[in-house]
Amino acid sequence: MASLSTSENRSTPSLNPCWSCKGPVDKRALFCSVCGAVQGPNDTDHFTRLGLPMDYHVPPDHLDRQYFGFQRRMHPDRFAAKSPKEKALSQAQATALNDAYETLTDPVKRAVYLLNHVGHVIDLHGASTITDPVLLMEQLEMREVLAEAETPEQAAGLLSKAEHDAHQCQHDMAHAFQHGDYAEAARLVLRLKYLQKLVEDAKSRKSRLAKGS
Amino acid sequence: MLFQIHEPGETPLPHESDRPVAVGIDLGTTNSVVAISEDALTATVLADSDGHKLLPSVVYYGTDGSVVVGDQARYKILDVPDQVVSSIKRLMGRGGEDVKSLAGALPYTVEPSETSGMVHLKVAGRVLSPVEISADILRAIKARAETALDKKVERAVITVPAYFDDSARTATRDAARLAGIEVLRLVNEPTAAALAYGLDNSVEGLYAVYDLGGGTFDVSILRMEKGVFQVKATGGDAALGGDDIDHAVAEYFLDLHAKSCSTRALTAGEAKQTLAMARQAKECLSRQAEGQWRVEVGPETSMHKLNRATLEKLAAPFIARTVSICKGVIEDAGVDVGDIRGVVLVGGATRMPAVRKAVQDLFDKEPLSDINPDEVVAVGAALQAAALTQGSDTLLLDVTPLSLGIETVGGIVEKVIPRNQPIPVAMAQEFTTYQDGQTAMSIHVVQGEREMVDQCRSLARFVLQGIPPLVAGAARIRVTFAVDADGLLTVSAMETTTGAEQQVAVKPSYGLDEEEMAKMLRAALEHGREDMAQRVLAESVVEAKRSALAVQAALGVDGHLLSDQERQGIEDALARVEAAVQTTDRDAVIAAAENLEAATKGFAEKRMDHGIRKALAGLAVGDVERTFE
Repeated sequence: MASLSTSENRSTPSLNPCWSCKGPVDKRALFCSVCGAVQGPNDTDHFTRLGLPMDYHVPPDHLDRQYFGFQRRMHPDRFAAKSPKEKALSQAQATALNDAYETLTDPVKRAVYLLNHVGHVIDLHGASTITDPVLLMEQLEMREVLAEAETPEQAAGLLSKAEHDAHQCQHDMAHAFQHGDYAEAARLVLRLKYLQKLVEDAKSRKSRLAKGS
Repeated sequence: MLFQIHEPGETPLPHESDRPVAVGIDLGTTNSVVAISEDALTATVLADSDGHKLLPSVVYYGTDGSVVVGDQARYKILDVPDQVVSSIKRLMGRGGEDVKSLAGALPYTVEPSETSGMVHLKVAGRVLSPVEISADILRAIKARAETALDKKVERAVITVPAYFDDSARTATRDAARLAGIEVLRLVNEPTAAALAYGLDNSVEGLYAVYDLGGGTFDVSILRMEKGVFQVKATGGDAALGGDDIDHAVAEYFLDLHAKSCSTRALTAGEAKQTLAMARQAKECLSRQAEGQWRVEVGPETSMHKLNRATLEKLAAPFIARTVSICKGVIEDAGVDVGDIRGVVLVGGATRMPAVRKAVQDLFDKEPLSDINPDEVVAVGAALQAAALTQGSDTLLLDVTPLSLGIETVGGIVEKVIPRNQPIPVAMAQEFTTYQDGQTAMSIHVVQGEREMVDQCRSLARFVLQGIPPLVAGAARIRVTFAVDADGLLTVSAMETTTGAEQQVAVKPSYGLDEEEMAKMLRAALEHGREDMAQRVLAESVVEAKRSALAVQAALGVDGHLLSDQERQGIEDALARVEAAVQTTDRDAVIAAAENLEAATKGFAEKRMDHGIRKALAGLAVGDVERTFE
């Protein structure tokens, strides 16, 4: 499996002086092993921060468990009775964890993040027009079905198709990342973004139709 | 010398047992409640000597300067309505334009303030801000807790509506400061209620909390499991509550009254009395089907009937609004109604049968109200206060209720932090100049979901100076918004081409500036100066002790790197700190801590050298956490 390498080399840890006891502490450590003081967040990637391998496929349960585990130790609530310096460091740690979690829980943001990490920079905000003719046709057809849906059941039918496609798209994305096919991943991330929007719109159309009936 | 060494991640405090206890306070629109938890598992609501657990959030101001809070103040509405203030929570962080009138009459005399945008009220010859009035309620709550516990109470978790904006949160924290209470954390009311329900792990999965109080409405969707309370989405209306139903009932009675009597504008006092009567009628009709009430305007009185069906018709638009907000939040959370396993009722207004029915219909299940809806928030706050001071494994992960943004050209809002982001959070956005040679930029911070600035809530304005004069669009100004675990916002700005960070003085749109706050603190605290000095001393002592502990720990691990003479030097410095922290001399504490720092400089260098050599030899320096199973 061609997995992505992380920026840090784990065999020779680099050291920082602990702000509290001034002794050496591993840059990746959350607490100083000598004096127990909380350390500031390091500038690692979102995956490493949450103790995950750098891989597109992230089981949601595992992600949540890692996130909760780290927050249990780093959240400012654990430092409410501590010094202002420790409170500030814990807030910085918790902020970094939230940033990582928010990025990795969203399948589109996660893909964009991974692509950016390997130098395949894509800007989804700028991509408001679809240039891929296959994707364009698919989206136009599905949008038409949605616009023509007159019963909640019809909207639900499209919703389940869109949800299925979005799920399949994530599966394909994981495959593309595993094989280092970043061009394919970039194509899929755009498709996933449109499918997600379609799921949202189909949901609200379904509930609007249900209300009207 | 006895220093205890704690495991990382614990919440240790030297001499924890000596510290004053921490309580949980629900500072409500209608009633306030205080509770305490000894073990972070169960909590007790503290009652007054008559056994009353609810303290009406009503304050009477005597012309002699006396202040009365609670039931006694409420009775005074009948005699001296002008000297009584109720529902002040609705004006926290609000401007004069936010005061709701009744039949054209304001229930308060509003005094425009020159120093801050927050509304000031004229009561019994005094001009008071909502912060000061809330501080009076908090003082009464503090006194109640101290009497009940026979201990000093100086720290608290205070709850706020989840939908409170930044101005209202800041105002609440300022009120606590004035009352001499250190706020350990501002916790959102629905989250506190969830904590009260979910701590024993009896509820797991997705839950909704529907909180309709006197003046505010919140709904939160949380995922609860094994001590984790993760808010998925929250929403509400900070100006929607039982009070609005009271208003509708009062208007209804006044319309009937006008048909039989001559009409004239109400005085502020009459407006208050009519509202109080309307509230009684509303509460009464939760228990009985109909009743009769008397309306008095000046010398003219009239009697009017009201039944439950009519009350429900009057309340319907407000209940419909809560239902519509709930639907939006369910959508924001990305869940289906069917996924929600239960819905918890919070707030006195949820006693109305019509509210219960609406909630039941929406969520398609019988709502939970096993814990008294008036007390559940204070119970949750007390549990969190104990968790914060004694340590706990419980995790509350809350979110931003409203989007935060900046005004850009044309009055359009550019969002920097969207709503429902887990807090603490920090996000930045880059802006640029729109004129050649522009060296200053005015930054207007707003909160809300609308596109246009005038439809959002103004939080603060400041001017960023010292931008290098460049052609339009060349400068890069990075504005960072950070929201802490209390939901409070800090804004900083930096010009990134030069890297010059600007110290910005934020003028809150509806807050009190530091000067006004300091003046009030001096005036309000009898022993203000000593209290402040004591707090500052306590902080220095905690910091010095922390340093000493750290050096002790380092000696234990790396002491062998030192010669006997070097070691003695450090031991002496430690002894000096130990002696200083026993005194009340802050300067001596700080000097001893600085001396310790200087005395351990060489030791620190040796430890770093040693660590690097060890690392190069392939030996691990400490552990790094990786997985949680």
